[in-house]
Amino acid sequence: MTSTLDPRRKRSTVVRPGDRIFSGLSTSAGILILLVLAGVAAFLTIEGIPGITASPDEVKSGQSFLPYVWPLVYGTLLAATIALIISVPVAIGVALFISHYSPRKLGQVLGYLIDLLAAVPSVVYGLWGIGFLAPNMAPIYRWLEGNLGFIPFFAGPASATGRTIMTASVVLAVMILPIMTAICREIFLQTPRLHEEAALALGATRWEMARMAIFPYARSGIVSAAMLGLGRALGETLAVAMVLSVSAGTVTANLISSTNPSTIAANIALSFGEASGKTVNVLIASGLVLFVITFLVNFAARAIVDRRKDFSGAN
Amino acid sequence: MAKSIDVSDLNIYYGDFLAVEDVTIPIAAKSVTAFIGPSGCGKSTFLRSLNRMHEVIRGARVEGKVLIDGQDLYGSDMDPVNVRRMIGMVFQRPNPFPTMSIYDNVLAGQKLNSKRMKKSESDDIVERSLRSAGLWAEVKDRLDRPGSGLSGGQQQRLCIARAISVEPEVLLMDEPCSALDPISTSVIEDLIHELKTQYTIVIVTHNMQQAARVSDETAFFNLSGVGKPGRLIEVGRTQSIFSNPQDPATEAYIQGRFG
Repeated sequence: MTSTLDPRRKRSTVVRPGDRIFSGLSTSAGILILLVLAGVAAFLTIEGIPGITASPDEVKSGQSFLPYVWPLVYGTLLAATIALIISVPVAIGVALFISHYSPRKLGQVLGYLIDLLAAVPSVVYGLWGIGFLAPNMAPIYRWLEGNLGFIPFFAGPASATGRTIMTASVVLAVMILPIMTAICREIFLQTPRLHEEAALALGATRWEMARMAIFPYARSGIVSAAMLGLGRALGETLAVAMVLSVSAGTVTANLISSTNPSTIAANIALSFGEASGKTVNVLIASGLVLFVITFLVNFAARAIVDRRKDFSGAN
Repeated sequence: MAKSIDVSDLNIYYGDFLAVEDVTIPIAAKSVTAFIGPSGCGKSTFLRSLNRMHEVIRGARVEGKVLIDGQDLYGSDMDPVNVRRMIGMVFQRPNPFPTMSIYDNVLAGQKLNSKRMKKSESDDIVERSLRSAGLWAEVKDRLDRPGSGLSGGQQQRLCIARAISVEPEVLLMDEPCSALDPISTSVIEDLIHELKTQYTIVIVTHNMQQAARVSDETAFFNLSGVGKPGRLIEVGRTQSIFSNPQDPATEAYIQGRFG
């Protein structure tokens, strides 16, 4: 009996083969993810560096890397930001309606329809953007130019085709809506009944209850949802490439004209086919920039979520 | 402040299911009334019908009358939101808002009334409410910390402070001590004694000793079987209910023979 009390001797635990296999599997799955990520990063860096250092006369655009990539970065961030501004309030509203306002049956049907939106391929969104949205937005842009032209965003001249960065952003907003709505809905449904009742018992209306109990509880979830949406909007290629009418090198606050900055992803897709030599490296380097931006966005989201950890409701 | 409640012939339904049948009970102002009875006898449901919180569940409705100082709680001109602002409630499990500081938790009800308040004014309300709830000394140095960092008993007193910060007419307590240890329980019971000088208090409890300790009046609820509606069996001065119950079921329950 004394030997079991000896602190130097490790107490042996039973090792079951099932435990070992499972822990081995899950560890290797985790390592695999890291390897893939490292592989992608290494590829982008190694192939991208010649593009970054390439002299202007070696590449098709005739520009050195920074002046070349800056308008693309600007276009990417602008389109994604506008999409997010449009999409977040709608997603929260729809999710709140499904989770707390609608009759249960209607909520289920609506939730199902929203999920279906996520299954639509992006080329279809692109077609919809060109064929329907753009022509229908054109008159709105003319009106904006006429009446709100003093705001730099709507300075004009309004695009006749409607294929503006604004239209592209609306398409993106629709594309990122399903994932954000789905996440918000799940989080809203998880709000503890206890907190909802606490608010109601104080005499809160349903909207006040949402503001008092649901939104604070769901805050980190909403941020995560927005970041997932933003990630998709930043990387979305085909729909933007189809919808947007691009003028290379544009940096403008004007959202409704026919001279628009392209986005990194769309630019890669459109230029890659006819690229050769150092131009390919430049495109890969722009991909590296997109990769870094996405990373930073995720870190920022994590920081926002962590900032008020004490108040998160998880303790 | 502190109004009386008059309930007559109240039936409470969830959909088609009759949960509580035919309750008639007068509740005096500035008194403590305890509801006791076995699980599922409808005492919590009845309590929640006193501030229309049972309506949170879909399909819930009532027949009969609940008068607060003569004012019909279920009158067509009564908004449940206003009813709940007038009649505060403390729940079984402490439920301070986890995302708010202690300070903001106390003021949560005031914010709903959307009165613009000066800082000094809200400071006063927070201090007064926390003092009444017997929590001031323990938290006055950390009002900006989250309410969820307090102990269970402190959280429950915070909830009481939150409920009384809006100076309700009536305070309903749904088993406020069932999740607490004996010491926290006795603190809350002392608090109930102090609060009844200002508020009409109705408390549901599973603990008969607690009912005997804190209440002036006791009402015994029972149900005749599973799926049958709960009924009010008898109500009277706490002393006489415990020493000389009229109904054999009451006697059996308080002697611990069932429940």
